Amino acid sequence: MSATAWVELHAPVGGDAPVLRAGGDWRIVNAGQLDSELTRLDVPGDRVVVDMAALESLDTAGAWLLYRTLKLFEAQHKKIALRGARNEHHAMLREVAANDSPCEIAPPQVNTVVRVVLAVGRATVDALRAGRDFVIFFGAAVVTFLRVLLQPRRLRWNSLVYQMEQVGFNALPIVGLIAFLIGVVLAYQGAVQLQRLGAEVFVVDLIAVSVLREVGILLTAIVVAGRSGSAFTAQIGSMKANEEVDALRTLGMDPMDILVLPRVLALVITLPMLAFFADMMGLLGGGLMAWVVLDISPAMFVERLRHAVTVWSFLVGIIKAPFFAVVIALVGCHEGLQVTGSAESVGSRTTRAVVEAIFLVIVLDAAFSIFFSVVGV
Amino acid sequence: MSAVAAAGGQVIIRVRGLHTVLGGHTIHQNLDLDVRRGEVLGVVGGSGTGKSVLLRTIVGLITPTAGTVQVFGQDFAQLSARERRAYEMRWGVLFQDGALFSSLTVAQNVEVPLREHLRLPRRLMDEIAGLKISMAGLPASSGAKFPSELSGGMRKRAGLARALALDPEIVFLDEPTAGLDPIGAAAFDDLIRALQQRLGLTVFMVTHDLDSLHKICDRIAVLAEKKVLLTGAMHDMLRHEHPWVRDYFHGPRARAAQIAPVETESRAHV
Ligand SMILES: Nc1ncnc2c1ncn2[C@@H]1O[C@H](COP(=O)(O)OP(=O)(O)OP(=O)(O)O)[C@@H](O)[C@H]1O
Ligand SMILES: [Mg+2]
Repeated sequence: MSATAWVELHAPVGGDAPVLRAGGDWRIVNAGQLDSELTRLDVPGDRVVVDMAALESLDTAGAWLLYRTLKLFEAQHKKIALRGARNEHHAMLREVAANDSPCEIAPPQVNTVVRVVLAVGRATVDALRAGRDFVIFFGAAVVTFLRVLLQPRRLRWNSLVYQMEQVGFNALPIVGLIAFLIGVVLAYQGAVQLQRLGAEVFVVDLIAVSVLREVGILLTAIVVAGRSGSAFTAQIGSMKANEEVDALRTLGMDPMDILVLPRVLALVITLPMLAFFADMMGLLGGGLMAWVVLDISPAMFVERLRHAVTVWSFLVGIIKAPFFAVVIALVGCHEGLQVTGSAESVGSRTTRAVVEAIFLVIVLDAAFSIFFSVVGV
Repeated sequence: MSAVAAAGGQVIIRVRGLHTVLGGHTIHQNLDLDVRRGEVLGVVGGSGTGKSVLLRTIVGLITPTAGTVQVFGQDFAQLSARERRAYEMRWGVLFQDGALFSSLTVAQNVEVPLREHLRLPRRLMDEIAGLKISMAGLPASSGAKFPSELSGGMRKRAGLARALALDPEIVFLDEPTAGLDPIGAAAFDDLIRALQQRLGLTVFMVTHDLDSLHKICDRIAVLAEKKVLLTGAMHDMLRHEHPWVRDYFHGPRARAAQIAPVETESRAHV
């Protein structure tokens, strides 16, 4: 495959026309080289002979280059004479001539200012529309839930149990580990600060209040949003892209019943349990660290815990869990159902689901903080 | 020209003793197949007989369990990745649903192989893309469209334009006319035939479309019982005694395809 191609211009001898000789393999592998040689070419006079006798092979790319050159000569009002072209060369030239139709490569680009304004406007409208859609979706989910309350047999129990295993049970290791480590970190950082004031023992209060009220549940919600919210979007989204969701509808099954409700309920049931588990692991990590660093024995830790927290400290954390669960699951399912056609949209929707879910969880958490401080718990 | 190919041109794809095992199931057992330069070979067989797997094995997407696949006289299992790339430039594949890159426009899709394998100036690439898009029978306006904005038939044509981008010697087509309306399918058949004749292509085509088999295939290979049961021209198929082959080529649909007015040739065999 030692393919070479060349083109050379023979200056006119006497009164003859200049001769352009093309030879070798005029194939796509040589197209780049030929293109630059041809563009550099400058043919004088008003006549030209194109000699193709030395051509060994010609494919459509080579024929295109030749055709383009001939077209250029024509535009310069030269008289062209073809020499030594074989039948297949003529056929190839006719083929490319018949298909000489330049096309747009990409959609037209608009002016930058217009584009920015357009993008901002479109994003605003999209955001408002997404908000409205989500409210509608929320309403539909509530209706579905109420219907299932009236007719519990409509619930897909198998799916519910399976989802509980996926989002709840299988999340135990990662949630537990993260909560434990955060407990360790809190205890250590607290100890360093409190030691300076000689108030080491308050590290227990610090750990207990922060883990039980905020850190345990918030951390669990964020891990679950990343782990299960994204999974909901990807699962439902690829079903949507594959027209499976439409198939369900035509079979008379409501995707709300089949896909959304089991996931929402599974998360509502398991997230409080996960949060409880995270609370315990956080306290364990904190207690262990307090023992190691500050020499606070487990017995002392438990004793101190009794003073530091009431049942409300614990409940304030856990109460938030079902709300967070609803937000995470609904955002995940909603984004999944918004997927259109392509696999690319599954990816971008998944990203959006996680970002939106975490954002909403934190907003909701702030709202809860204000609420609790107003009612005074 | 079908006479030329049938008379036995040079063998361009040679498959010998192919065994393919996927997920514990034997798909091919001792499969032999020759494809000759310049012919259109139609591969038929029931659903799940491994036609797509055979195509994917020949282009190197699936590694055979045993046996050899030679394309251009080269056993690809023996080549380094670098050498293989040089040969891969010389064929194009049209996957069943086009397999276009959804984030690129049609024209950009056609430019992908050009960009990947060659160093060409932008302007020339755009020109070649326009050429191929037109050769595949798409209007120039579709160049700037994204695959999601095209119909199924247009996506197939766009896939064909991309398969033709590097002026390949062989094109592999997986059910090119499946899912097209009869008029669109006939037009696609004509397009493939015309391109094959004008560009001297070798075409390996998996198909269920009896009209395509009648109209554009020089030879047909029947895949059954995990191997190539028989190869030959249409009249060989019509004469064969194997029950599946008989049902396939003599079923009600087959008869309809045979009496189609386009076929002056096959009428002689009825
Ligand atoms: N990646 C894979 N892993 C396991 N089995 C596979 C794989 N790909 C294909 N198969 C199996 O190989 C067999 C042949 O599949 P193939 O797609 O080649 O069928 P086909 O002849 O193209 O059928 P159709 O006409 O329906 O397209 C099928 O039984 C399929 O289940
Ligand atoms: Mg197939």
